Amino acid sequence: MIERRPWLNALAHTILILGVLVVVFPVYVTLVGSTQTAEQIATSNPLSLLPGSNFIESYRLALFGGKTSGGSTIAPVAPMLWVSFVSAMVIALGKIAISLLSAFAIVYFRFPARGLVFWMIFVTLMLPVEVRISPTYQVVSDFGMLNTYAGLTIPLIASATATFLFRQFFLTVPDELVEAARMDGAGPMRFFWDVLLPLSKTSIAALFVIQFIYGWNQYLWPLLVTTNESMYPVVLGIKRAIFGEVYVEWNVVMATAILAMIPPALVVILMQKWFVKGLVDTEK
Amino acid sequence: MASLTLSNVVKRYGHGPKANPVIHGVNAEIADGEFIVIVGPSGCGKSTLLRMVAGLEEISGGEIRIGPRVVNDLEPAERDIAMVFQNYALYPHMSVFDNMAYGLKIAKVPKDEIRTRVDKAARILELTPFLERKPRELSGGQRQRVAMGRAIVRQPQVFLFDEPLSNLDAKLRAQTRLEIQKLHRELGITSLFVTHDQVEAMTLAQRMIVMNAGRMEQFGTPEEVYRRPASTFVASFIGAPPMNLLSSAPHVEPGTILGIRPEHLDIVPQAAAQGWSVQVEAIEMLGAERLLYTRLDSEQIIVRVNEDQGLAPAIGSTLHLLPQPDRLHRFDEATGKRL
Repeated sequence: MIERRPWLNALAHTILILGVLVVVFPVYVTLVGSTQTAEQIATSNPLSLLPGSNFIESYRLALFGGKTSGGSTIAPVAPMLWVSFVSAMVIALGKIAISLLSAFAIVYFRFPARGLVFWMIFVTLMLPVEVRISPTYQVVSDFGMLNTYAGLTIPLIASATATFLFRQFFLTVPDELVEAARMDGAGPMRFFWDVLLPLSKTSIAALFVIQFIYGWNQYLWPLLVTTNESMYPVVLGIKRAIFGEVYVEWNVVMATAILAMIPPALVVILMQKWFVKGLVDTEK
Repeated sequence: MASLTLSNVVKRYGHGPKANPVIHGVNAEIADGEFIVIVGPSGCGKSTLLRMVAGLEEISGGEIRIGPRVVNDLEPAERDIAMVFQNYALYPHMSVFDNMAYGLKIAKVPKDEIRTRVDKAARILELTPFLERKPRELSGGQRQRVAMGRAIVRQPQVFLFDEPLSNLDAKLRAQTRLEIQKLHRELGITSLFVTHDQVEAMTLAQRMIVMNAGRMEQFGTPEEVYRRPASTFVASFIGAPPMNLLSSAPHVEPGTILGIRPEHLDIVPQAAAQGWSVQVEAIEMLGAERLLYTRLDSEQIIVRVNEDQGLAPAIGSTLHLLPQPDRLHRFDEATGKRL
């Protein structure tokens, strides 16, 4: 906007504030709900928007499980958080490691059928997980990887998107830098570690944030490959809390939802600086 | 330090009958400690030749020797050379110190030794206050010096420069030219310097290689190249404005081309038997001197006169020119070679 008009500013702000409210309101309801007792939620219609006094009890129940006053048994969320965290980390770091290496190979090495390999990786972008989910399940099950971290993570690690992203980034690294490294006596892997990796820092950070959230939010795949409660990620935990019991303890469900939101939010907040840099930075 | 020998060096892209030759057999003996400039228009193969010496391009034929060693199949790092790139190619994430030290670190030079060498190079290049900075915090000239520092610390047998001054502004370029000369005097390392700029070539070179279309046109001192150009190409490439090359003027024998530099034409009051009478078409005032663009039938003749030689002639007026007889050059019209 070149022109600055007060009413235009006001309008812009109103729209933005409305947008924020639309996004924030459900989160707020969840947060408020988690501080009330199950009875309060069940009897009030509509739900009171003022925080209740059951905060500690709701979160204790959600995190560590136990019997509620209503008589139902709650499964503890703490181990599920751990499962989610480990899977998300393995998926995010694994994706980054594999994509970095495959992009490195595709960009810097001349091997037969290099173009074909790249296009084969690229084509997998066109097949969503759901399309290949049954064969993948078959493979994982045949390898005996059901109910393991390996089963939860390995099939999700290969990533055409990340490979493509790193490939595009590597293509922008000037050739002279490669040549300078050769003159300095750096072999390919040395160049990768000492030059390429530090230069990709911001891209890696941006990708880590995206892939961590991707891994954390997995629902369909864990639903298929985990049957053992100790291997449930937290996203499955929410769903189970709603449908598993006769009597739904909504305050616990909401507390679980809040708990499930915290780690990805933390990752975004902590990595924000890097993340934004990675998406907008063009300085080489 | 070492000599550098190119024998019949050939570069082809592709294989078999479809191969596209870009360098057609270059021969040059470069003595230990010599400063050689390779000059030519873009696309003449001068950078390719340099990159072949560096080991960044494969050598399709012939032999390159550094000292007594044939280096054809050696990796760049094994050739004991250092190169300064046109865009400097500094590692953006490393400090100036690390940029200079990187090659030594890989070569597993002891830490104190690296320190001393980098400090010394930094002192020579006046980079000491910037050692901890990143390249992006430096000016163009400073980056250029870091690139040179990176080459110096390796104490190589041969320095290679790939148009290192072309990204600097005119003033800095002149200054850096002097610095490179000074550096070469101090270190005495055999150097190969590629440029398309004839001023750089003339000022820096002890001997220069003039290249055109993948062939070496002439190899000699700047003096020789200016005084006795080996071909019409060299004659028109070296010197600004270029040598006048006449093929159909009076006094030109058929089948030859007569060359005379703009600065070797005298203006005389009356038409001389050995001279030409020409019409002035345009005048350029350059400060200390004037360029007169004149016409003799179908030929253009440029004359350079000192500013203090009186008033400029009027455009359209007739001038009588007399070439200095010992400054005439004759070339074969068919081959362009000097006769």
